[in-house]
This record gives sequence, C-alpha cells and structure tokens, in this order.
Amino acid sequence: MNTATPLQIFIDAALINNFVLAMFLGICPFLGVSSRTDTAVRMGAAVIFVMLVSSLCAFGIHKALLAIDAPYLHLISYIVVIASAVQLVEMFIKKFSPALFRALGIFLPLITTNCAVLAVALFQTSREYNMVQALSFAFGAGAGFTLALLIMSGIRERLDLADTPSIVKGAALTLMIAGVLSLGFMGFAGMGR
Amino acid sequence: MSEIHCGAPGHAGPEPAGPDAAGMDVFLKGLWKENPVFVVLLGLCPVLAVTNSVINGIAMGLASTFVLIMSSMIVSLVRRLIPNEIRIAAFILIIATFVTVVDYLIQAISLDIYRALGAFIALIVVNCNILGRAEAFASKNPVGLSVADAAGVGLGFTIACFALGAVREVLGNGTFAGLRVFGPEFEPWTIMALPGGAFFVLASWLLLFNWMRERKAASV
Repeated sequence: MNTATPLQIFIDAALINNFVLAMFLGICPFLGVSSRTDTAVRMGAAVIFVMLVSSLCAFGIHKALLAIDAPYLHLISYIVVIASAVQLVEMFIKKFSPALFRALGIFLPLITTNCAVLAVALFQTSREYNMVQALSFAFGAGAGFTLALLIMSGIRERLDLADTPSIVKGAALTLMIAGVLSLGFMGFAGMGR
Repeated sequence: MSEIHCGAPGHAGPEPAGPDAAGMDVFLKGLWKENPVFVVLLGLCPVLAVTNSVINGIAMGLASTFVLIMSSMIVSLVRRLIPNEIRIAAFILIIATFVTVVDYLIQAISLDIYRALGAFIALIVVNCNILGRAEAFASKNPVGLSVADAAGVGLGFTIACFALGAVREVLGNGTFAGLRVFGPEFEPWTIMALPGGAFFVLASWLLLFNWMRERKAASV
C-alpha cells in the first residue's frame, strides 16, 4: 500500500511530475487547444471532471478484476469506462450549457483519446493508491494539465502578435516553448522530498 | 480528411496478391507525405516520452505498427458488420485487444525494454493515429488497401521515433544503440535525455522539414 498523503500526491502530479511537461501525456490537446486562453480553461475543466470520474470508475474496476482474477482485462475495461464517462460529460454539458457545448465542440470526444486520462487510471492502479489518494492524484493530474495549457495559451496569444520567421510558425514554435516550460517545471523537482 | 477511398470503389473482390499501384500509393502517402508525426502531428506523446534511446524508439515504433496493422485489418474485415453509432467504441475495443497482446508480447521478449517503455505500451491504445486510421481509412476500404495504409503510417511513425531517438541518444549519452560514438572526452548534453530535450529535438526536425518545404516551394 502506498503511504503518501493526498497533498503530496496532488503536488507531485500537478507540479513535480507535471503530466504534460514532464511525463508527455496529453500532448495532442496541449498543442491543439492552447491557442486561446478561454478555450484552454474550458478544456482543462472538462479534463479534470473526466479524470475524477474515470479515476473513481477505475478504482472500482480494479477491485472487481482482482476479485475475479483477470488482470488482462484492465486495459479494455478502463478504456470502455473512460469512453462512456466522456459520453456522459458530453450529454451533461449539452443539456446544461449549450453555449459551452458549442465552444468545446470537437474537443470533448478527443478527451477519449487523451492519454492523460487513461494514464491516471493506469498509474493509480500500478501505484496501489487507495480511493482518497486516487482522487487527489486525478485532481492533481487534471490541475497540472490545466496549468500547462493555461500558461501555453497565454504565451501563444502574445506570440500571435510577434514577428516570427515563417518556418517556425505553428507547431515548431509551440514545441520549443513547451521545451522551455518543461525546463522551468524541472525547478519543482526538489519539492517532493 | 482522407479522400483516398473514393479512388478505389468496388474493390471488394478477392484481395490482390501483392501491393498493387494503389496500395503502393497509399503506403508511401502514410510513410512520407502524410507522416503521422512530422506532418500530421498526431500521437506525439509516445514519440516524445520513450525516445531517449534508439532501441526504445524503435521498439515503440514497431509495437505501434503491429497494433496499427492488426487493428486496421480487423476493422476493415468487420466494417460492414459494425453499426455506425457504436463504431468508435468497437474500434477502441479491437485496438485495446491488440495492445494487451503487445503488452504481454514485449514482456516475454525483453523485460528491459518493457521496463523502459513502462505505461506507454498500454497507452498505445489511445494513440490518435491508430483510431484515426481505423476511422478515416480502414472502416471504408478493403483489407488489402487498409493494411498497406496501416503499414505506411506505422513505418512513418517508426522512422519518426528513430529520428528522435537517434539524435537524443547520440547527443545526450554519446552512444548510438548502446555503441560509443564519440571519444572519452565527449561531454554528454544532459538536457537531451531530459523532457525538455524531447521537445527541442522534435521542434528542430519540424524546422528542418519546414525549411526544406519552403526552399522547394521557392525554387519551383
């Protein structure tokens, strides 16, 4: 059993081992959705919610699969649960906030193929977190993702106005900034111990 | 996105023995013109995460290629049986099955590589390239073409992993696939082995390709 406190896990997942900048999880939405700050915030909120839901489901599935002794079904059941969780969020948002639904549009189904969400489920299983630990891990991972997305979108909004050479425009520039951010986040490495 | 399926209507008869002209086109398209990493920019997470050495990069590329080819084949075979509403869920199930197979396969072949790749083997299941090919190509095309397409995209992905792994291992560790490249006085660029290095190397490759494209456009 893992003995880390929920706060430790939260800080570890959000800052020290930031999902995007240190573990390379969720790079596709990080590059795709980070051009405007307001979309970045909405995407981040959706990811946090999906992560919490799928973390809770994964916890239950893990217990059930241990009971019937079928570890090889982990991956398949996780991915199905996450896909249904995304569907749930989609229906929920469509019903309660059509404006938000239009704004997020294509990004919600994309969360299904967001490796960060599946990674939360896989890591919490392999690290043997209990339920409180797992939830704080999921929340930390989502918060870290949102933080990275927010910083990146802020930088990119400013860069739109900058005069950059034509060959660095687009993905190359974004990746270089991500590299610099990643170096910056390495400064958190000492906080854990 | 892909309109190639329009080019081969009524191709559902017996599969051609070898890759015919259309198959070759499709194969090369995935390999170079629509390279999944350098051009389409999909499935970057594993490309960045596990390419700190040549061997890891190639292992990741081959594992993804296997999953890509097998799932494209199955999706193409059952494409008429899957109802449209649940197709994404069905594709993901097919992909997840082959990823589980690969996960156990790598564990059996080399425990070292299994440890180095870690969770990223399981995460092949959410590689957007694989679902993307299933949705955009294999669900609309006959088996032969789908396999050619998957092989092209898979090989293109492997080449990208290799390109990143080679630069990062040579500069970050002074070795190529474990063999020393430089003399003993070589000072490794530690940053290349760190997360930041992965972003910088991929950005440099993209810059190189952008520069080549602009030069070609300027010369025409």
